[in-house]
Amino acid sequence: MTQLPAKTERKLGLVIDLDTCVGCHACVVSCKGWNTENYGAPLADTDAYGGNPVGTFLNRVHSYEVTTPEAPPRLVHFPKSCLHCEDAPCVTVCPTGASYKRVEDGIVLVNESACIGCGLCAWACPYGARELDAVEKVMKKCTLCVDRIYNENLPEEDRTPACVRTCPAGARHFGDFADPDSNVSRLTAERGGVDLMPEQGTKPTNKYLPPRPRDALREEVDVLAPFLAPVAETPTGFLGWLDRTLSKLPGGPN
Amino acid sequence: MHPAKSIIAFTTLSGLGFGLLFWLGSGLADFTGWVGFTFHVIGLGLASAGLLASTLHLGHPERALRAFTQWRTSWLSREGLAAVGALTAMGLHTLTVLNGTPITALGFLGAALSFATVFTTSMIYAQLKTVPRWHTWATPALFMALSLGGGALLAAQTQIAAPLLAAAAALQLLWWMKGDQAFRQSATTLATATRLGPGQVRAFEPPHTGTNYLMQEMVYRVGRRHARRLRILALALGYGLPLALLMLPMGHMAALVAVLSHLLGILASRWLFFAEAEHVVGLYYGRPQ
Repeated sequence: MTQLPAKTERKLGLVIDLDTCVGCHACVVSCKGWNTENYGAPLADTDAYGGNPVGTFLNRVHSYEVTTPEAPPRLVHFPKSCLHCEDAPCVTVCPTGASYKRVEDGIVLVNESACIGCGLCAWACPYGARELDAVEKVMKKCTLCVDRIYNENLPEEDRTPACVRTCPAGARHFGDFADPDSNVSRLTAERGGVDLMPEQGTKPTNKYLPPRPRDALREEVDVLAPFLAPVAETPTGFLGWLDRTLSKLPGGPN
Repeated sequence: MHPAKSIIAFTTLSGLGFGLLFWLGSGLADFTGWVGFTFHVIGLGLASAGLLASTLHLGHPERALRAFTQWRTSWLSREGLAAVGALTAMGLHTLTVLNGTPITALGFLGAALSFATVFTTSMIYAQLKTVPRWHTWATPALFMALSLGGGALLAAQTQIAAPLLAAAAALQLLWWMKGDQAFRQSATTLATATRLGPGQVRAFEPPHTGTNYLMQEMVYRVGRRHARRLRILALALGYGLPLALLMLPMGHMAALVAVLSHLLGILASRWLFFAEAEHVVGLYYGRPQ
């Protein structure tokens, strides 16, 4: 059903820490790997070894530069996957009911055998979280690794989304936002987690932790710096003689 | 947005076809016998050709029947239902017209459903907050005026067609003027998309070296160089020439020229409708607006 549930029992989602993310793309690779080998249609690559490789990914890492007058520019790596919105516009536009939001945990999923591949849900998503698979011709999106988080065949520490499990920097956190005491709720509260594009009215579940403020460059770097001998502009001694002599030879730069 | 040929053909042809069916069903274009039958067949043909074209862009057209189920929330589903209803009612109406016993109520129902179909089509685009250029009341207004005006032109109702086409031309200009400002005036920027700041945010590195589905489908940029020329062509062919011909005493040839010119102009306008539309996801890819 494409009618959104008024309330979900749990609100599973991710916290992404933009302060910690080092932009290694390990989450992109592990996501692609898990979701190609497991739930649903594999994530296709076309012309994978040719000149114009194009592939389906459920998680991509952008990088942005933030410039302020008072500090050097800083680079922020920015992983982006489905935000499992409370008011998911991708679900309500779906004509077939293939897209749905689960009442029990709020995960937004696609029933691939009911998807006609019209692409309207990808148009409705402001975040670019949905991609039509070029081979299977069905809409692919992040499942929050629904086939891992409840999977009792996996060791307990592996029952988190593949991207969270693999992140070497600990920049991704998985949990229940409906529980105010959960790790993700506490992190969001402590670090001022924000919604992406709040003006779009999608009420995303996933939250982004803004980068912490960096130390500012003070004017005096070192009190002893003024006493350091300046580097000679014109060489003297043996090197000076060598410089002058070599300069007289033909074929030099001057 | 990527201007898919199938969707451009669909919205243009179906809009025209359902416009014609509206006038035939409402009884304002009152033709009987074989003439009435022919007009109905043209309307049904255009409308169904458009609908068939629209299935071409589906990944799995064999599952299209499922698209009739989610009318509670989905404008696309509503469109499917309205279109099938309109075609059924107007198909039956065609037979009653040929039989010389047109059923007024059936015609009214067909006209109402034809009107509803074009409205639902326009709402598929107008509902999308993610494409500020489309997200305005002017989108359904333009689609409706074009469908009714073009339909009246096709139904040889010169008295109705002229004012409607003039209104559609005015709406087209207004839609372009509003549309050119829409993205800048929308609240969504790279700053709200990333929530990074204070400071100037710049897309530094894309997530990958090549392209992807999102970029091909929504961050598509083509032919904007010719946008101005295409707009003038669309105005001249879609509205100007047909209006000028409507002012003259029309023969069959002139009517044919008017209809073909209108169709060409609207195809150009519909191509621009997609090609010029900017999706907010482009911000993540550093598209300046």
